[in-house]
Amino acid sequence: MIDRKDVEHAARLTRLALTEAELERMREQLNSILAHLDTLRLVDTTGVEPTSHAVDVVNVMREDEVEPCFPQDAMLGNAPDRSGEFFRVPRIIEE
Amino acid sequence: MHRPIHELTDAYRRGDLTPTAVAESYLARIAALDERVGAYLTVVREHALAAAQESERRWRAGAPLGPLDGAPLALKDVLCTRGVRTTCGSKMLEAFVPPYDATVVERLRAAGAVVLGKTNLDEFAMGSSTEHSAFHPTRNPWDLSRVPGGSSGGSAAAVAGGLAAGAFGSDTGGSIRQPAAFCGVVGMKPTYGRVSRYGLVALASSLDQIGPFAQDVEDTALLLGAIAGHDRRDSTSIAAPVPDYMAELPRGVDGLTLGLPDEYFIDGMDPEVERAVRQAIDVLRGLGARIERVSLPTTRHSLAAYYIILPAEASSNLARYDGVKYGLRVPGRDLVEMESRTRAAGFGAEVRRRIMLGTYALSAGYYDAYYGKAQSVRTLVRREFGAAFARVDLIVAPTTPNVAFKHGEKEDPLSMYLNDVFTIPGNLSGIPGVSVPCGFSGAGLPIGLQILGRPLDEARVLRAAYAYEKATPWRARRPELA
Repeated sequence: MIDRKDVEHAARLTRLALTEAELERMREQLNSILAHLDTLRLVDTTGVEPTSHAVDVVNVMREDEVEPCFPQDAMLGNAPDRSGEFFRVPRIIEE
Repeated sequence: MHRPIHELTDAYRRGDLTPTAVAESYLARIAALDERVGAYLTVVREHALAAAQESERRWRAGAPLGPLDGAPLALKDVLCTRGVRTTCGSKMLEAFVPPYDATVVERLRAAGAVVLGKTNLDEFAMGSSTEHSAFHPTRNPWDLSRVPGGSSGGSAAAVAGGLAAGAFGSDTGGSIRQPAAFCGVVGMKPTYGRVSRYGLVALASSLDQIGPFAQDVEDTALLLGAIAGHDRRDSTSIAAPVPDYMAELPRGVDGLTLGLPDEYFIDGMDPEVERAVRQAIDVLRGLGARIERVSLPTTRHSLAAYYIILPAEASSNLARYDGVKYGLRVPGRDLVEMESRTRAAGFGAEVRRRIMLGTYALSAGYYDAYYGKAQSVRTLVRREFGAAFARVDLIVAPTTPNVAFKHGEKEDPLSMYLNDVFTIPGNLSGIPGVSVPCGFSGAGLPIGLQILGRPLDEARVLRAAYAYEKATPWRARRPELA
């Protein structure tokens, strides 16, 4: 069972400002979904390696060559707030 | 004009039709009918007409770019299009205009395709009904009170309703095959890695794959051929040669062995679906295929594994929507408050739910019990497919347990998730699969036959679908919208 503290912790980790009512509803829904997912415990996976990926590829290498990249203005073009050539954000470090 | 692409381009070649006239006809149909269907989020009329005129010049000069030159297509709004907003069906990206084209889009443009617009989807491709777009729901052209399936419901409805000649979507747990089945069109999920994901907005990176929707199997082969192949900008794309899918189509199923998995005929499935699929298998047997029973026992645990893996990957992928680089921003006193308010305002209920579920499943103390376990189950699913494909060439099964349901019918998240029970194993194992129409329910709703193949064996999957399509009359039926 997932309790209220777990829900608040996950909401904090993932940066979702949820209201009291939303947190409670989320707790109920996650519990109902997790109850279903708990059937996974029934599967014997002793000694079974995990699969993170359906295709067996590892560490694709390429030459370290300088290539053209997107112009700065194109990359800043969608920014909600910018200052010159920077993304502007609210204060992060306390004074 | 509502004809398959290969017929349109035949007509261009003969001079009976022009790409401009066809594009105008589709745009007029969209203007007249899409208010009722809701397949599109954005229609790019001027872009489309300009592309059609260029195509027309090439056909006139006798130098078309290939079999898609002048084909009017629609793109699910998760594929980045340079200069055209790409919303993912979310308030978060309502105003996002990508500075580049996805590789798939780039390849389609290079093939002369005419992009008509961007299609609707469940927000960030999370859903099975296209009811949960932040903008409006999409309706099934066969019955406007029903859903088109999802998450690529806009693309499926556009092709079914004659609002595009073909379309593209993405399939993470069935989001191409399930809406194709619900809308009576062909939809294919290629092998994971067959098509570049560069410029596809990520949902679950180890599962996502782009694929086509088409009016028939021949078009499906053409559309897949245009987008398949290695791309150095996607390090998970496979560096294997792309076969000539069209050339393989007429080879038939005579001599092929098709596996019939017991686990894909379950209690609670619609008897009309089961009957149509079993009849389809009889048709394939009549065409010379051998049918053999196969067992895929971990199928029943696939859904649970998927609903751990997908939210885990999605919670990580969607962390990028932080109100800084692009997308929505809701102001706050400090960075954390700004991010938390932005994400609460920008994401809808299902997206929040999956982000929370994924964050929980990955958090300290729970990782092994959920994510680690689900990944081991994934290994079992892959092994079982591998063992089955050692004995059979293809696997045939229903695409979905039911036909299209009514809007608002599945309010409970779990009952919605159950829709993908037959398509999810294909994503977990990375294998290719197609849904091809195989009949209608008594109420006139389409039913889909799913054909799954070995990794990179799309040619054989399409070949069986083509043989089946040629032997059956379903393709001729169209919904009456106008």
